Amino acid sequence: MDIAAIFRAESGRSVASLVRLFGSIDVAEEAVQDAFAVALERWPAAGRPPNPGAWITTTARNRAIDRLRRESSRHDRHAQAALLQEADEPLEPVGPVSDDRLRLIFTCCHPALAPEAQIALTLRLLGGLQTPEIARAFLVQETTMAARITRAKKKIAAAKIPYRVPGDAELPDRLKPVLAVVYLIFNEGYTASSGDELIRADLCAEAIRLARLLVELMPDEPEALGLLALLLLTESRRAARTESDGRLVLLPDQDRTRWDAGLIAEGQALVRACLRRNRPGPYQIQAAVNAVHSDSPTAAGTDWSQILALYDQLLAMAPTPVVALNRAVALAEVKGPAAALVEIDALDLPDYHLFHAIRADLLTRLARHAEAADAYEAALTRASNAAEQAFLAGRAARARQKALD
Amino acid sequence: MTQYLLSVHMVEGEEVPPAEVIEQMYKDVEAFNSEIQQSGHWVFAGGLHPANTATVVRADANGDIITTDGPFAESKEQIGGFWVIQAKDLDEALALAARATVACQAPVEVRPFQDEPEA
Repeated sequence: MDIAAIFRAESGRSVASLVRLFGSIDVAEEAVQDAFAVALERWPAAGRPPNPGAWITTTARNRAIDRLRRESSRHDRHAQAALLQEADEPLEPVGPVSDDRLRLIFTCCHPALAPEAQIALTLRLLGGLQTPEIARAFLVQETTMAARITRAKKKIAAAKIPYRVPGDAELPDRLKPVLAVVYLIFNEGYTASSGDELIRADLCAEAIRLARLLVELMPDEPEALGLLALLLLTESRRAARTESDGRLVLLPDQDRTRWDAGLIAEGQALVRACLRRNRPGPYQIQAAVNAVHSDSPTAAGTDWSQILALYDQLLAMAPTPVVALNRAVALAEVKGPAAALVEIDALDLPDYHLFHAIRADLLTRLARHAEAADAYEAALTRASNAAEQAFLAGRAARARQKALD
Repeated sequence: MTQYLLSVHMVEGEEVPPAEVIEQMYKDVEAFNSEIQQSGHWVFAGGLHPANTATVVRADANGDIITTDGPFAESKEQIGGFWVIQAKDLDEALALAARATVACQAPVEVRPFQDEPEA
């Protein structure tokens, strides 16, 4: 019985309700951690409770009350009494229905917190991951991650970041960091291939779970649907993305029979639902691009004109150099590598390894092999992940060879 | 209600804006001040003379008082003025700060006061 997995699946709801009940993230987090310790002790022998979520909430709440009683001093007895009084109230919110997890997500992803703190809090409180797991996933020391989480909780308490779902007027702006955090978590799982492989796959699964939760909690937010679609369609290609020895396989070279048809079907259905709503946004468009890729059983059959049109739309919405770079890749397929190279050379992305890698690929296609080799080497020094480095080194060597021929 | 310090930060040595811009800024700040007095958020506020008018007073290890000319922080970034406001939570304080930064045309730092210990 994987108790940690059960807690990952169930404890976010408990943490969210207890934060509302006790008015303190610290109290809620500690309480659920106490419940985890009890579960580790008792479940192996007694078996998994029939309703683990309810068990966790009840156990955590009781532990919190015990702890508050033990720790109250004369100074804060008044405050403790108030807390305990609230703790006797029913756990279900009375009044307009609003899932506490929604409050928790918006609090964890509050713009007053740094993005790395937003990610850490979301994974810890909503995702139910243990601090050492989060530390390993982001390649920092456990003490560093623990301090990051502690500082963030202190800021929430000291600055009085409120435990609420933002009002309608603020919601679009407040939604952006929430979606960005989930996307960053997925990205960390998908592109990082150093460290513990299992942690990486778990991060992608965690991000997808959070994206599903966002859709469940905000079914009318098309960007939430777009994000889930994007993650599902990207994840559908995971098996084809690496060889058995860990070598990276680019999209045009992937064995498409290894793509997950179930995830593709689900992702494409979401993209169609988004199109019907006609409230386009960046995640929806990126999902649509991936849906076009997933539509074709072969790389050669890809509808690049459709992809280029989508990138035109995305660029209008989000005129960033990275979007322009990705658009140029599509442009190369539609208008040829020379046209794309002109556009790419106008971009300012000197530190981005993919900028150099894409330039290198275009130069290769234009038979400018010496320049291609230089560009691959520039990409290599900027790449941070072992599989990507190996891939770029190989390409650089081939380009050098061709330049000498 | 929690009190927050909204401090206005400027960089000394930066180009001084033309007179009309400064005049508009004073008008905007005054308007903002009236609004928050009306809404009950105002506690106190004021603009400061430049940092070179400051004096630092400290007690040394012997208990002697040392007086020094100039600001404490030896940096170009100095506080130009501040508001003390009261707000129900950070979101409310940040919304006020958003209006403040537009009015005074400078970055505004929002920092919570510690709660006073209960008597």
